[in-house]
Amino acid sequence: MTANAPAPANSVLIDINALHYRRGGRLLFAGIDLAVERGEVVAIMGPSGTGKTTLLRLIGGQLSPQSGRVEVAGQRVDALSRRALYRLRRGMGVLFQSGALFTDLSCFDNVAFPLREHTELPEALIRIIVLMKLEAVGLRGARDLYPAQLSGGMARRVSLARALALDPEIILYDEPFAGQDPISMGALMKLIRQLNDALGLTSVIVSHDVDETLSIADRVYVLSDGQIIESGTPEALRQSDSAWVRQFIDAQPDGPVPFHYPAASIADDLGVDSEL
Amino acid sequence: MTGLFERLGASTLNSITTLGRAVLFLLRVIAGCGEWVRRPGLLMRELYSVGVLTLVIIVVSGLFVGMVLSLQGYYTLVDFGAEQSLGVLVALSLTRELGPVVTALLFAGRAGSALTAEIGLMKATEQLAGMEMMAVDPERRVIAPRLTAAFISLPLLAVIFTLLGIIGAYIVGTALLGVDSGAFWSQMQAQVSFGDDVLNGVIKSLLFGLVAGWIAVFNGYDCMPTSHGVSRATTRTVVVTSLAVLALDFVLTALMFD
Repeated sequence: MTANAPAPANSVLIDINALHYRRGGRLLFAGIDLAVERGEVVAIMGPSGTGKTTLLRLIGGQLSPQSGRVEVAGQRVDALSRRALYRLRRGMGVLFQSGALFTDLSCFDNVAFPLREHTELPEALIRIIVLMKLEAVGLRGARDLYPAQLSGGMARRVSLARALALDPEIILYDEPFAGQDPISMGALMKLIRQLNDALGLTSVIVSHDVDETLSIADRVYVLSDGQIIESGTPEALRQSDSAWVRQFIDAQPDGPVPFHYPAASIADDLGVDSEL
Repeated sequence: MTGLFERLGASTLNSITTLGRAVLFLLRVIAGCGEWVRRPGLLMRELYSVGVLTLVIIVVSGLFVGMVLSLQGYYTLVDFGAEQSLGVLVALSLTRELGPVVTALLFAGRAGSALTAEIGLMKATEQLAGMEMMAVDPERRVIAPRLTAAFISLPLLAVIFTLLGIIGAYIVGTALLGVDSGAFWSQMQAQVSFGDDVLNGVIKSLLFGLVAGWIAVFNGYDCMPTSHGVSRATTRTVVVTSLAVLALDFVLTALMFD
């Protein structure tokens, strides 16, 4: 079987091939291959600034790659017409790092927003759907609060309910654990895994929180310097003998990723004669 | 020396690309106006926040501008024994120039800056990106109704400004300065033409509405998604709108009243 043979329609949902993406003179992705199968929770990990969020935007079609292919459900995302892209996005939920809730709408109206935009459902039915989605994230009681009244973890859960409103096939999570207290973190981890299995979703998590992510993912890709340097199950990753992966997983300050930003020698910088 | 030319060239290129982006943006937004035609509620909400909430400043300013105009005009006219023409003077100044121009300047400060800040903050907090990923096009859902609301409100506000200006001038002229009320109105009626003066003023304010709305929504949509970026975009909206309105007014006046 060659690499270009079409994957069986029912297994690979997101297929990324030889992806190159350059921004502002910097090569963020230098040939990435990545596949997400239906029903999986796949994590993409790497240090800040490796373009993990950019990768999500490429999958969602908000950015276009300079070369390579990004396919979702068998369709090339960057080659779709606007109408087709918007149809595809209805089957995709995104949880933004900031939550991206509409600040002038209540939680209820935030979750109802995609339903009111895309369906002609009567208000009574919308109410039932919204309350069910809020119940799923444990925030049915917070329906009348505004985003400014929510804690960071609650805002992310409301945002998750909104992402689920149209019953998507795929959910993309952008740094779901960043800046969360341990309780919210636990709640989010449980939700991501349970929703994925209960609703038959496919989840892509972009994160740099090692322990949390490894504990819920089925498969992990590790990104560094525009390349995927390691992939596999969380167990395989924990056993990895790559120095880079070890540094990342064990949170070592120095190693293949140096502690010091590249610089001239300190003696030159301070004007000291290093011969003395 | 070459550094100076380089910077000049770079900033010129930058301005031209921004202008190009702004024009393409405007065309896309105009093409996206079908959304509020299908759902007029979207437009109504914006008409309220852009138009109705600007009403107070327009009413008060209109009254005062008319009153001042009446005072100043009277002292000049009375030297020539022509104070009967006060109504004409005030009505012509207001319908042709002050109504459209001052309304557009006030509009930029009150509604334009608010539009830019609102859209800029929505961008900075990823609300626009979030909307895109929910398969809702922000250009149609957020921008098009706001631009249309500016285009519709500004001419209406200018008419209200002009009307109140004339009423203010009438009150000061007849009650304070003793101009004959009959002469005030009849001279105005005889010398102000609907087609040449009133209509041209409305055409001016329609164009100002498009320009003010366009500058406001584009600056918000195009801003750097940071607090500094939003603040700069808001300032730029007020400055650029004011200059554009004044320059456009000169061109239009030269074309309309030769």
